[in-house]
Amino acid sequence: MQRIGVFVCHCGTNIAGTIDVKAVAEALKNEPGVVFSTDYQYMCSQAGQDIIKNAIAEHKLTGIVVCSCSPRMHENTFRKTAAAAGLNSYMVEIANIREQCSWVHKEMPVGTEKAIILGKAAVAKVNLNAPLTPGESPVTKRALVIGGGIAGIQTALDIADAGFPVDIVETKPTIGGKMAQLDKTFPTLDCAACILTPKMVEVAQHENIRIFSYSEVSEIKGFVGNFDVTIKRRARYVKEDLCTGCGACTEKCPQKKVPNEFNLGMDNRRAIYIPFAQAVPKVATIDADYCTMLKTGKCGVCSKVCTAGAIDYQAKDEFVEEKYGAIVAATGFNPISMDKFDEYAYSQSKDVITSLEFERLTNAAGPTAGKLLRPSDGEHPHTIVFVQCVGSRCAACAEKGKEYCSKICCMYTAKHAMLTRDKYPDTDVYVFYIDVRTPGKAFDEFYRRAVEEYGVHYIKGMVGKVSPEGNKLKVQASDLIAGKQLHIDADLVVLAAAIEPDKSARPLATMLTASMDTNDFFTEAHPKLRPVESPTAGVFLSGTCQGPKDIPETVSQAGAAASKVIGLLAKDKLTGNPCVAHSDENMCNGCSTCGNVCPYGAITYEDKEFRMPDRTTKMRRIAVVNEAVCQGCGCCTVACMSGAMDLKGFMNKQIMAEVDAICK
Amino acid sequence: MQEIKREDLIAKAAQLLADGTVDRVIGWKKGEFDYDVTPAVFTSKEELENEFVWNDFCGANFSKYLRKEAEKTESKAAVFLKPCDTYSFNQLLTEHKFDREKVYAVGVPCNGMLDDSKIKAAANGISSVSEENGKVAVETLYDGKITLERNEMLAERCVNCKSKKHVAYDELLGEDGEVLDSARFDEVAKIEAMSADERFAFWQNELSRCIRCNACRNICPACTCEKCVFDNPDSGVENKAIADSFEEKMFHIIRAFHVVGRCTDCGECSRVCPQNIPLHLLNRKFIKDINGFYGDYQAGAEAGSRAPIVDFTKEDLEPGEAVERGGENA
Repeated sequence: MQRIGVFVCHCGTNIAGTIDVKAVAEALKNEPGVVFSTDYQYMCSQAGQDIIKNAIAEHKLTGIVVCSCSPRMHENTFRKTAAAAGLNSYMVEIANIREQCSWVHKEMPVGTEKAIILGKAAVAKVNLNAPLTPGESPVTKRALVIGGGIAGIQTALDIADAGFPVDIVETKPTIGGKMAQLDKTFPTLDCAACILTPKMVEVAQHENIRIFSYSEVSEIKGFVGNFDVTIKRRARYVKEDLCTGCGACTEKCPQKKVPNEFNLGMDNRRAIYIPFAQAVPKVATIDADYCTMLKTGKCGVCSKVCTAGAIDYQAKDEFVEEKYGAIVAATGFNPISMDKFDEYAYSQSKDVITSLEFERLTNAAGPTAGKLLRPSDGEHPHTIVFVQCVGSRCAACAEKGKEYCSKICCMYTAKHAMLTRDKYPDTDVYVFYIDVRTPGKAFDEFYRRAVEEYGVHYIKGMVGKVSPEGNKLKVQASDLIAGKQLHIDADLVVLAAAIEPDKSARPLATMLTASMDTNDFFTEAHPKLRPVESPTAGVFLSGTCQGPKDIPETVSQAGAAASKVIGLLAKDKLTGNPCVAHSDENMCNGCSTCGNVCPYGAITYEDKEFRMPDRTTKMRRIAVVNEAVCQGCGCCTVACMSGAMDLKGFMNKQIMAEVDAICK
Repeated sequence: MQEIKREDLIAKAAQLLADGTVDRVIGWKKGEFDYDVTPAVFTSKEELENEFVWNDFCGANFSKYLRKEAEKTESKAAVFLKPCDTYSFNQLLTEHKFDREKVYAVGVPCNGMLDDSKIKAAANGISSVSEENGKVAVETLYDGKITLERNEMLAERCVNCKSKKHVAYDELLGEDGEVLDSARFDEVAKIEAMSADERFAFWQNELSRCIRCNACRNICPACTCEKCVFDNPDSGVENKAIADSFEEKMFHIIRAFHVVGRCTDCGECSRVCPQNIPLHLLNRKFIKDINGFYGDYQAGAEAGSRAPIVDFTKEDLEPGEAVERGGENA
């Protein structure tokens, strides 16, 4: 029989406010096995932990139940407390009477009754607990960064600088991401390329970094410290090691009518292309959708002009398998589609553009060589209307846009407006906004400058409709402060489209078994205290895949993610989780179901000789769990129809005892 | 009437024994009555000629015998498999239940087997059953000879035969058939259409007849646990003999859950039930649901295939959706 101690925490008023903690401690005194029960204001405090330690010694406790917050919060704390007092860490059970009880109930009697039931369940479980000892697993000292934008670049550089090898996987032919498409960056107005491209070059030249561009992750197996990843390298039909990036092929390719995605389709490129001058790797790529040679077998111009002999029309997708200790998701964002916002006439007029398109229009390397010209007729626009929050903060229109604030639009719109007024003082610039949000170092000053020094017309109110009429765009809007309707004849309308996570994030999250929120942003392990870690061990988050952010924030988070990765890779061994599966060989019938459902490949089968009742022996196939690989997810235990598979620390018997205690 | 004759089977079995391919043959022999055909192991041509039976009562599925025989020695055993038996055969292979190398499978076409309980209901005091011009001729003690329509005497699982195609064999006698479009889920749909109370009453009525002889469990090709959950005191549902309303409420439901995704719908549970409980309907309900939720899946159609409930694809429907689609019948 166990000797169990029960410790009920007040958590200040967090628990004690809705739960009669004394009554809980009193009620649990009478449960089977309980020899000591008490309550205290803060069980996790030094004094609280001392109460536990003293009770373990004094009452010779063999197991303890702490009725407190979620085990995600303090299970580890109390396990350490128990260990310090000489009790096996896994003889500790937490009854969550805070998140799942006091915080969801308002009435004291209801909360107290439930807390007692939860405590009884934990006592019932601990009665069946057995001491467990964790094993160890090695750490592969290599990191994978998925996404090669500024987030991925910074994370990779920081990890590589600490001496660990890093691979970057980027779906595009070049790294650089969205930042490479930007013109200037707020609030200092540095040229984006000027500050980004040196980092891209550093990545290319770093001895610890490999770039898999034009590639994607196709399979992820394993667990923290030991991920097995398959990377699909899409055929670019150009040998990366031979191509010198001279660009001769991109000038001679006869297929000139390919929409240039780097300039968001506002001009054309060839079928063989280098996305932009500073691309890394600076290697051409053939677009198989447009290449005449690949489609019809007739052309071959690029192959003829290539002096390096780098063109390879026979290239096939290749798969690279690599082991990693840690994985960083840095999959970034995209502006949402404007299809559902036809009131702004985006599909009807070329002169209604998104802010990212505006970036390209003002960029020296863009389709207009940096001159702000209307896409429709190449004329200089004299009246420009910026519309903020297109699809952001769309609580009432969630099917069209996003409920969240995209965070960066206020600042880049102020930047666009200011730069336009600076370069073209003859232009009238209007900005329509719901609120102007400028928290951030030197952000509000920046916005004030746009209004006060550059004379941008900021109007609180939303644009209701944009209708193209002749070569003008009739903008109908409301001015909420003046309380009147406005009609503006604009030459150009710029929509600050909401941003959303890249579409590749959802399938990646599935492969990583990392959790996501309803908007497909990756969820952090803790929103405040562990913001760059996924709840899945060994998976870290960098940049906008976790939530909207600007560049400074992205870079800080990228560095933070890198430091977490470095902390992990610096370890030689990881202490495993002893709550792993175990197969009872006398019950196992070797059917292979557990091996089929195991996501970690932890189960193998072997033939074992068994002594039979009639003194004969029999060879039987049985399942064997590799405890170092098992992550204790429990899939096998529910799939095993023989009931041979069980999870240490969460045995079927223990779970049933908890259910029984609750249902009694 | 079966298109392959007894003599053909005996000749094949004798040949396999003679040329040393196998040293024993699993087949059928006559039981106490004509309709009591029972599985048996033959080791010589003489035994075969004296006792081997192939007629309209050879419904028994050899899975359990097959496993035992395959474990016995290092040499091969031959087994005759009707189309439906080949599904069980594959399912056993999927679960590594016997060594394929130790079995020589001979596929036999089947025209459907008769249900002895239907004949017994139609005729009293049966002394012999034979086939006459495609009809079933029954000699009785009290009413003389009775002639019955074969179609009406077919076992339910044969009326709703799911496949005349052999999905596994080393050698096939006669012509292979096709997978059939059976109406086997119609009966399930009828039960689904009942209100919850009606359905409860229906099953309580059926299951209350259970005498807990365990025949359904012992014959079931999918029941392959080393220690049955009902025999294991640690399981929490141990119950070796009829004691209370456990059979009515839990036993058969637990059994159905245990074979979900693995049941090939061979119908042996219902065939052997001395109380004529339509146990196959429980399994069929699961098969129907799996087909509806995850797309058609036939256990045993392919050796090594994975049932949707122990497989994961990104196209799988969300659990919430399953509950929603289950609706009132969930």
